[in-house]
Amino acid sequence: MSAEQNGSEPGRSRALVTLTVNGAEREAWVEPGDLLLDVLHDEFGLGEVRYGCGEGVCGTCTVLVDGEPVSACLMLAVQAEGHAVTTLSALSGARDELHPLQQAFLRLGGSQCGFCTPGVILTAYALAQRFEARGSEARAPEARAPEARAPEARGSGAPTRDEIRYELVGNLCRCTGYTKILDAIESYLAEGPEGSR
Amino acid sequence: MTSPPTEAVPTEAVPTETQPTETQPTETQPTETQPTKTQPTEPRLAPVAPMRVVGQRVSHHDFVDKVKGSLHYAADWQLPGMLYGRVVRSLVPSARIVSIDTAQAQAMRGVAAVLTGADVPRNSLVERASGGLGELLVPMPILAADRVRYVGEPVAVVAAVTQQIADEAAELVAVEYEELPGLFDMEAALEPDAPRVHDEGNVLVNWHIARGDVDAAMAAADVVVEGTYRTQHVEHAYLEPEAGVGWMDHDVVTVRASTQVIEHAAEIAEILDLPANKVRVIAAYMGGGFGGKEDMTVEPFIALLVWKTGRPVRMIWDRQESMLASTKRHPFLMRYRTGARDDGRIVAQDIDLLGDAGAYPYLSARILFAGAALSCGPYQVPNVRVRARPVFTNNVPTSAFRGFGAMQVTFGYESQMDRVAAALGLDRGEVRRRNFLRKGDLIPTGETLDTVVAVDETLRRALAALGEPSPPSAPGRLVGRGFACNMQPYGRTIWFRDRASAWLTLQADGTLLIRSGVTDLGAGQAASLCQIASEMLGVPLGDISVYIGDTALTPPAGGTFATRQLYMSGNAVLNAARDLRANLDPVAADLLGCPAGELNYSGGLVRAGDSADAKGVSLAELARACDAQAVELSCLSTWRAQAGTFDPATGQGGSFPDYTYGTHAAEVEVDPETGEVRVLRYVASHDVGAAINPMRVEGQIQGGAMQGLGYALTEEIVLEDGLTASSLFSSYFIPTSLDMPDVQVEIVESGEGKGPLNARGIGEPPLGPVAPAIASAIADATGCRPTRLPMTAERILALLDEQAGRP
Repeated sequence: MSAEQNGSEPGRSRALVTLTVNGAEREAWVEPGDLLLDVLHDEFGLGEVRYGCGEGVCGTCTVLVDGEPVSACLMLAVQAEGHAVTTLSALSGARDELHPLQQAFLRLGGSQCGFCTPGVILTAYALAQRFEARGSEARAPEARAPEARAPEARGSGAPTRDEIRYELVGNLCRCTGYTKILDAIESYLAEGPEGSR
Repeated sequence: MTSPPTEAVPTEAVPTETQPTETQPTETQPTETQPTKTQPTEPRLAPVAPMRVVGQRVSHHDFVDKVKGSLHYAADWQLPGMLYGRVVRSLVPSARIVSIDTAQAQAMRGVAAVLTGADVPRNSLVERASGGLGELLVPMPILAADRVRYVGEPVAVVAAVTQQIADEAAELVAVEYEELPGLFDMEAALEPDAPRVHDEGNVLVNWHIARGDVDAAMAAADVVVEGTYRTQHVEHAYLEPEAGVGWMDHDVVTVRASTQVIEHAAEIAEILDLPANKVRVIAAYMGGGFGGKEDMTVEPFIALLVWKTGRPVRMIWDRQESMLASTKRHPFLMRYRTGARDDGRIVAQDIDLLGDAGAYPYLSARILFAGAALSCGPYQVPNVRVRARPVFTNNVPTSAFRGFGAMQVTFGYESQMDRVAAALGLDRGEVRRRNFLRKGDLIPTGETLDTVVAVDETLRRALAALGEPSPPSAPGRLVGRGFACNMQPYGRTIWFRDRASAWLTLQADGTLLIRSGVTDLGAGQAASLCQIASEMLGVPLGDISVYIGDTALTPPAGGTFATRQLYMSGNAVLNAARDLRANLDPVAADLLGCPAGELNYSGGLVRAGDSADAKGVSLAELARACDAQAVELSCLSTWRAQAGTFDPATGQGGSFPDYTYGTHAAEVEVDPETGEVRVLRYVASHDVGAAINPMRVEGQIQGGAMQGLGYALTEEIVLEDGLTASSLFSSYFIPTSLDMPDVQVEIVESGEGKGPLNARGIGEPPLGPVAPAIASAIADATGCRPTRLPMTAERILALLDEQAGRP
């Protein structure tokens, strides 16, 4: 990061940061206090990363940082340097296709107003990734923080509905009552990542 | 890229976005593969023609953008040179403003404007929520100039080149207050020597509804049961905070905001002292609203700043600000006296309702009317006396919130039904069944119900679905079951002579445009219009585009509230589609050489009869033929709701167009050591007349029930002398994924309703029965009846202590 007295506003210190977002390196001049949320939403135009509460409770600004769900309102932009940041756009891929997890949400009515949906889907996606890693043993369980684990991982079966509930506790939804969100995630996990294709 | 599907039959219909590709098969999949927890009720009370698109579990249109995260909400809008706004709010609940010093804020580099009440051309809005039926006319300033009446009241507004500078400048606006006595309790507001929140008086309106001879009926009753019930301030907690962006478009002040009501453009014009044609409001798809975006939020501040600076302005309220200052659900104090005969028949209700309106009128007058009109629930009551009064306090203002006064009273009347049953030693369900309203019955306002009342069927279905009782999870735990019924209006109070317009255009290539002023809360308001149009015109969903919520470009639809948009705009689209069919039919009949009555519109085709191999023409061919014959392909239709009058002097007259009925049933486990209540099972059943989209109906019911569970058990904006102790999501507990069970839905389709294709509205109804159902289950488990919401562990423990005679 390089810092200087710069930027559009006089008297404010700005720094050039390079962030890896959805696989691409992107630069932004930020103030030290700028949140990752604001840089992603306002500077990079990633509208799916949304301000909801600013206190890390609601989960509408959920992004994946090195594969784990993080509230972008609790992370400074400068802290994200050197980490891989993933937003929901990444799931659609270059051809802008719906990911099977997104298809499950569409098919089963897991979205109403849609404001919480990107965060919810990313949290579910991270759970699915862990589940896959667990299955293939491609990733040692120690690699992730213990508190990030569901009420303990059991055997090789897909995460139970209760385990999904546990994972989603950081993503509030005020519209659906969660039932159809859980249906969608459960369906995706049961069918497997290739199942819906 | 494949071409869009052309069949609208269930197995192939339902393209879900404008550019479907072959790699997205599930979007266009049939929906019969979905696991469904609900079965249509049998028998339908009125036969309904087989539907192709209506009644299907389709997801299309905005929902594709939602799962992709690509929908542009109010905050997702940027314009060159855009400024950022911040409201300066009162820190005290009741005070005279001695001075406002904006000099320091103005002097900050990057600040473009600091406005106070003196800068507002007409700094006064007068709400007439009762429609002229006798409420006090109390002016509300846009920016308080000489007096503040609640914590969070706007006193100034700032715009700057960054949000951070705007926030810092807002901190520098120095307001000197001289504090005045505050009024924080609605009963205290009635005292003769109470401080006056407004010079006009503390009682905004005094509603009466009266029928029969209550005193005589009470005297003759075999049992009279009394109950007092209290409910709390509740926050909507939509996940999208209030937000919008405004700009000048030529000389028109344009605001694109998260709002349920674009018609506020007229009030914005009034505030700016501009002609109505110089203000335009565009509604973004909302990230939830639940009534909290029915009144204006950011709009007047954005409009003021845009108008003063000439530059684009964005304003987003932060969560703390939203929880501090946005309107809340009314706390109600409800006093019931219910007289019944030995056989359980209700003979009289004597009801007094008090609602805390907070510091300004907003929609309180109408909300307390709804509370009064619905205060007896879905029961025959020959003798009724209801009084309902919203009163001013120096608490945060209260206004519309999903359920709108008709949901608070459910806790009152259903608790009373349980108490009547207990007093007479009768079954809780039996007492209700003996009193249920029926089609043709009179309700307290003296109106006759003219559609079927299927509440008994919802009761039967809800209780059946609850299944076998659960055993306690540990020794000493108490398991209990309860249920509650409700009726909730859909549509506005009928003296507002409600109407909605929709405009349909069949284009030359056979695709369809719908233009409607409807705003979309996230419940699929716009998508449902597409389904209805598709059903009527045979245009595949993927070939329909719907443009909504713009005072400049869409015909007025009257806001999304009061569970009115399916009823109103659904009927408007249905009528516009019928008008369009009336134009198309003769041309199609001529082309196909068959009587117009045999035409079948489906899958983008018009065929001469219902068989799949019947001769047909595409809608594109038909459109071209119409064009050649100068037949109009664009139809604007206005649908008018049933109108009527209410006489506030006699307390009799018209109230609402119709109602949606339901029953919820719950099983709870109470831990008597801690008072903790765990909901084990939850079933919600409503008669929706006909389900336009069963998946969205279920979604409305599940989401509404979950909001109701929060209301019943955990949610409360705690106010201490007007100061909120709950201004964070970490101190205000809406249910998370871990807190509550799945809500099982039982959809009843009676085949009768006043919405399009016999549908009833379902937006608000699922909230009402929750709190009384949970209270009933707690009473069943413990023998103690909760009378105050939320039913927190502390309160349940206190009830158990009281029952056991513990201090």
